Amino acid sequence: MINISLKRFAWLVHPLALLPLALLAVDTALDNLSVNFIQDITERTGIPALVLLVLSIACTPLNTVFGWKWAVALRKPLGLYAFLYVCLHLLTFTALDYGLDWGAIATEVGEKRYILVGTAAFLLLVPLALTSNKAAMRRLGKNWKRLHLLVYAIVPLAVLHYLWLSKDPRPALLFGAATGVLLLLRLPVLRRAFSALRKPGASVDRQKTDTAM
Amino acid sequence: MNARRRTWPQIAASEITPEHIYRSRRQFLRAAGASIGAGLLVACAPSDGSSAAPTPAADATSRLPYGVGTVDELGKAANSFEQITTYNNYYEFSTGKEEVHTLASGFKTEPWTVAVDGLVGKPQSFDIDDLRTMFDQEERVYRLRCVEGWSMVIPWQGFALSKLLKAVEPSAAAKFVRFESVSRPEEMPGQNDIFSFQWPYVEALRLDEAMNDLALVVTGLYGKPLPAQNGAPLRLALPWKYGFKSAKAIVKITLTAEQPATFWTTANAAEYGFYGNVNPDVDHPRWSQRSERRIGELSRQRTLMFNGYESSVAALYQGMDLAVNY
Ligand code: HEM
Repeated sequence: MINISLKRFAWLVHPLALLPLALLAVDTALDNLSVNFIQDITERTGIPALVLLVLSIACTPLNTVFGWKWAVALRKPLGLYAFLYVCLHLLTFTALDYGLDWGAIATEVGEKRYILVGTAAFLLLVPLALTSNKAAMRRLGKNWKRLHLLVYAIVPLAVLHYLWLSKDPRPALLFGAATGVLLLLRLPVLRRAFSALRKPGASVDRQKTDTAM
Repeated sequence: MNARRRTWPQIAASEITPEHIYRSRRQFLRAAGASIGAGLLVACAPSDGSSAAPTPAADATSRLPYGVGTVDELGKAANSFEQITTYNNYYEFSTGKEEVHTLASGFKTEPWTVAVDGLVGKPQSFDIDDLRTMFDQEERVYRLRCVEGWSMVIPWQGFALSKLLKAVEPSAAAKFVRFESVSRPEEMPGQNDIFSFQWPYVEALRLDEAMNDLALVVTGLYGKPLPAQNGAPLRLALPWKYGFKSAKAIVKITLTAEQPATFWTTANAAEYGFYGNVNPDVDHPRWSQRSERRIGELSRQRTLMFNGYESSVAALYQGMDLAVNY
C-alpha cells in the first residue's frame, strides 16, 4: 500500500534535485552570493553532488529493506544529477577559481590529497554517466552491472574528499556513517535476511529485480 | 606640496567607497604629512606599481611599508566596509564566515579592560577608552592573508604594539608575548560547541616580532570603531602573518620567558606552526599558499613572501629554516 502511495511522488526527484541549482542561479543573478563567491559556488555544487550520490546508493537498500521497487528506478536520475553538480563543481574549480591555469591546477591535484580523491571520484563517475542509458546497458550486458558497482568506490572517495577539506569533521562523518550503513546493506547476508523478513520467498523476487536493473 | 595634497583625496574618492569620507581634517593632514613622497605617490601608482617609482631619494628615505588612506602600498584599493565586515573568520562565533557578523551583533565590548602582566616592570590594567587615547592613533592599510587562501586589503586604525609594550617595561627575561582573547560562552556560540577547541583563543609572538613596527593594535576600521565581528574592541593586525595570528577581542597580554602554547598549535600542530608567517613555499594540506583569492577579484594572484612585507620583517627570521618554523 505504502509502496503505491510513495511511488506517485517519485517524479519529485527532478524538481528537488534541480532546486539547489535553481537557488544558486537566483542568488547569483541577484548578487546574493557571499563576497567569496567562488567558495560559495564550490560549496553549493559540492554539497548537492554528495547528497545526490549518497541518495543514489540508498535506492537499492530501500528496496532491500522496504521492498520499494520503484526506488530502484531513481538510481539513474539521482546519479546523473549528481554528475551534473560534480561537473559544475569541477568547472568552478578549474575555470572560475584557477582560470584554466592547467599548470597550477595540476600542482593542486598532485599536492592536496582532498583534491586528488575528489578527482578520482570524478574520473570514476564519467564512465558511469556515459553508460547510463539503455543502449549502453544492452551493449555491455553483464559488464554494465560490474561497471556500475564503481559507485561504491566513488561515494567513499567523495566522503573522504569532504572529510579532508573540512574544518569541522562532523558533517563529513555523518555522510560517512550513512554511506557505511548503505554499503553494509549490500552484503548478501543482510539482503537475504531482509527479504526473508519482509515475506518468505521474496528472495526470488529480489534476484529478478536485480538482473532486470 | 600643495599639488600633491590636492591629488590625494581625488584619487581616494575615485578609487573607493564612500566610507573613506570618515577622515577628519586633522587626521588627513597628519596622514598626508606622513605620506609625502611615499604613500602619496604610491597611491597614485598603477596597480602593478612598476612605473611609479618616485625620485630615488624619496623612495629610499620615506617610503612607508604600508598604505595610507584607502590604498595599500602596492597600489591596491582597500576592500569595501561591507566586504570586510560580512566575511569573518572568528571561531568563537562560528566556523561559517558569512554568519559571524549576525551572531556577533549582540556582543558587548564595553566595559573592557586589558591586563598586561608577566615579565614586565609595570604590570597594568588598561581601560579600553584609555587605550584609544594614550597612544597616537594611526591609520594603516594592510593586506590580510587568511591561511584559507583568501585575502583582503583593510584600512585599520590603531597604534603600534611596541608602544604598549614599552609602557609596561618588559624585563630582560621576557622573550615572548602571549595574547589571550575573551572567554564568554554566553555571548559566543562557537565557544559552546561540544566538538570544541581549547578556549579561550590564545596567540603569541616572539618579543622581537611584537616590537616590529608593523605589529599593530587595532581599535578601528574605516574610521569607525572596530565592529564586533572584526575583533572589537581590541585586536592585532600582523600583516606578514596569516590572519589566525592576529588575535581578536584581547583581554590579556602576558610576557613570558618560554614559548607559549597557542590555540592552533594545540589544536593541530601539523597544520599550524608557531610562526604562521605568510609563505608561498610552505604548503598547507588543504589550502593553496602559492596563490590567493583576493576578495572582490576574480582571478587568483600570487602570494608574496611575508605577504609583501619582506623588507620590514625578513630580518627577524634570518638564519631560520622557514619550512621547519612555519
Ligand atoms: C564526486 C566528486 C565530488 C564531490 C561529491 C565533491 C563534494 C564537495 C563538497 C561536499 C565540498 C565541501 C563544500 C563545503 O565547503 O561545504 C567540496 C569542496 C571542494 N571541492 Fe569537491 N567534490 C567532488 C569533486 C571535486 C573535484 C574533482 C575537485 C577539483 C579538482 C573538487 C574541488 C573542491 C574544492 C576546491 C573544494 C573547496 C575546498 C575548500 O573550501 O577549502 N571537488 N567538494
